[in-house]
Amino acid sequence: MRRIISVLLENEPGALSRVVGLFSQRNYNIETLTVAPTEDETLSRLTVTTTGSDKVIEQITKQLNKLIEVVKLVDLTEGAHIERELMLVKLKATGSQRAEIKRTVDIFRGQIVDVTSSVYTVQLAGNSEKLDGFIQAVGTSGVLEVVRSGVSGIARGEKVLSL
Amino acid sequence: MELLSGADMLIRSLQDEGIEYIYGYPGGAALHIYDALFRQDKVKHILVRHEQAAVHMADGYARATGLPGTVLVTSGPGATNTITGIATAFMDSIPMVVLCGQVASTLIGEDAFQETDMIGVSRPVVKHNLSVRHPEEIPEIIRKAYYIAATGRPGPVVVDIPKDMTTPNERYEYVFPKKVKLRSYNPAIRGHAGQIKKAVDMLMAAKRPIIYAGGGVILGKATDQLTELVRMLGYPITNTLMGIGCYPASDKQHLGWLGMHGTYESNMAMHHSDLILCVGARFDDRVTNATEKFCPGARIVHIDIDPASISKTIDADVPIVGPVDAVLKEMITLVRESKEKPDAEAIAAWWKQIEEWRAFHGMRYETSPDLIKPQEVVEALWRLTNGEAFVTSDVGQHQMFAAQYYKFDRPNRWINSGGLGTMGFGLPAAMGVKLTHPDDEVLCITGEGSIQMNIQELSTCKQYNLPVKIINLNNQALGMVKQWQDMNYESRHSESYMGSLPDFVKLAEAYGHVGVRIDRKEDLESKLKEVLAMKDQLVFVDIYVDRFEHVYPMQVARGSMKDMWLSKTERV
Ligand SMILES: Cc1ncc(C[n+]2csc(CCOP(=O)(O)OP(=O)(O)O)c2C)c(N)n1
Ligand SMILES: [Mg+2]
Repeated sequence: MRRIISVLLENEPGALSRVVGLFSQRNYNIETLTVAPTEDETLSRLTVTTTGSDKVIEQITKQLNKLIEVVKLVDLTEGAHIERELMLVKLKATGSQRAEIKRTVDIFRGQIVDVTSSVYTVQLAGNSEKLDGFIQAVGTSGVLEVVRSGVSGIARGEKVLSL
Repeated sequence: MELLSGADMLIRSLQDEGIEYIYGYPGGAALHIYDALFRQDKVKHILVRHEQAAVHMADGYARATGLPGTVLVTSGPGATNTITGIATAFMDSIPMVVLCGQVASTLIGEDAFQETDMIGVSRPVVKHNLSVRHPEEIPEIIRKAYYIAATGRPGPVVVDIPKDMTTPNERYEYVFPKKVKLRSYNPAIRGHAGQIKKAVDMLMAAKRPIIYAGGGVILGKATDQLTELVRMLGYPITNTLMGIGCYPASDKQHLGWLGMHGTYESNMAMHHSDLILCVGARFDDRVTNATEKFCPGARIVHIDIDPASISKTIDADVPIVGPVDAVLKEMITLVRESKEKPDAEAIAAWWKQIEEWRAFHGMRYETSPDLIKPQEVVEALWRLTNGEAFVTSDVGQHQMFAAQYYKFDRPNRWINSGGLGTMGFGLPAAMGVKLTHPDDEVLCITGEGSIQMNIQELSTCKQYNLPVKIINLNNQALGMVKQWQDMNYESRHSESYMGSLPDFVKLAEAYGHVGVRIDRKEDLESKLKEVLAMKDQLVFVDIYVDRFEHVYPMQVARGSMKDMWLSKTERV
């Protein structure tokens, strides 16, 4: 099953490499990984999406917790949560394609953030399926370049992951 | 206010940490530190002949005393030479701090002379590693390093020290922190009361219980509590190779150790049990054999300080995360106060069954009229040292024979590389023990393959007068490899024959020690006595043993715990 694990990490050099190293060392998957400092600059927030059996996921969370620099973590998929990913896509846009793409972008509630005579750059946020859906809708033949941020997640409601 | 250079701060911090010995080898990036070492006499440095040996020495010291060992090496090759030693300590959860020189911070990343990314290289085999970014941080980093190494599930910690952090004429205020604060590291200090209660209820209701104890009991200094609980319950106990000594081997409740080369009765009792109380062990593959066939009728209570050890390979019915001593203490109280008592009839029937197993096999081997059997060497040593020696070992058949036939009644006396299985561990580990236990007998039971992996340390033994006894069970082969080839490859002995062995007697003499060769069975006992009488000499005893001996019992690969070879021809 796919899981989203959210980690508060000491914002120190080398801490991220320990997390990444753990995954390869123990043969765990990383599908996406995002990391950035939080409002408290001594902490980074890291979101990793991974897949595995319940047993593997249990080991992943336990092994992550063992890393000295991991302060706290939560498996967001255990409760209601919001997940978002940001995508920037460069699309071939000439002639009648331009209106067509504009319509699709609107349907997906994206924005065209840069324009040339032959190219649109589109920005889109949502869960990973929505982003996949957009690519499908515009068709891969028109896609010049895709960049995705990887998933960020947060729990719904009152629950917070903090010190 | 006291102003010290980084190098002086480092040594001063070691003093304040109470470190008496460090084992190491100098080189460019560590020279400021070595100079600071020279200008004091509290911390004593032992100069080894290879950095790997420094780490095994620190490791042997740590295993014998329960205190963290300390290593000091230079950058680059000095640091990389420690890796096997660090990995050995990591696999067996041994507390130690490895201080590594590093090129100046201004040179890092430029492929400078003797630059290696030691933080990166060591990452997968350390509990943690730390790098010094400012000299003023040194006391705090040292304090943290020992704290992390020695608490919770212990392990090795590497500290990387760029040369410009130890510059002699740059001085900073020295403050040794009283306490360490780590918001992200809080090892459990007690187990969950509800879980402990549940475990005790299960213990009382069990009909075929067994206690399965591991190295965690020794590391957690909980042998007294374990012994008390086991005696109160009257249940059988087995332990892992790493747990040897956690419960007296001579006691009748003790079934010997379990697993691949464990006793018949231990493996049978495990397989047929209805309740396993696992204390500080980790269901390692050398214990469980095929996990899907593991102990089909058993419910499992698992006590460990490391939550990640629980339900990693075998699911626990009742997990208890906590220090083993504290958890066992609570269990003892609950057992004492419990209204329920063990089912006397069921337990008696269980013991009857176990005694039958014990009578069927026990530990046995066939003797020969003329050949020296490795097992009888170990038995003789056990007798002649009253079972009280510290015994270190290397890896191979000799290691298994040592563990099988030397009966340990006390913890911290059996010292071997169980998790990583590092050939070359035995001699330096024995040196680490002897240094701090000069009046105790320290034996290194080794093989002619393993001993040659760190033979250069005979020189260190001379320099520091470390009269250990090296017992070389010389079968003229990489015996364990050969055994597997006999069993699984129709005796095709690919590269397991060791030709051109040195004359170990002359070799020992060349290093300034005594060498003794034993190749006649009738000389064994008398010559061993002579050797043990030479208290102040390192004696290298080269014993020519039966070249064709195999280690038994041996679990059948991919079978259950109870599937074993008992000799070359008997399989159960
Ligand atoms: C550093 C290292 N290399 C290889 C091995 C694999 N290995 C395990 S036992 C063994 C043979 C050991 O030979 P020896 O020390 O003579 O002991 P014996 O089995 O003959 O008693 C080998 C090569 C190992 N454990 N460690
Ligand atoms: Mg050999």
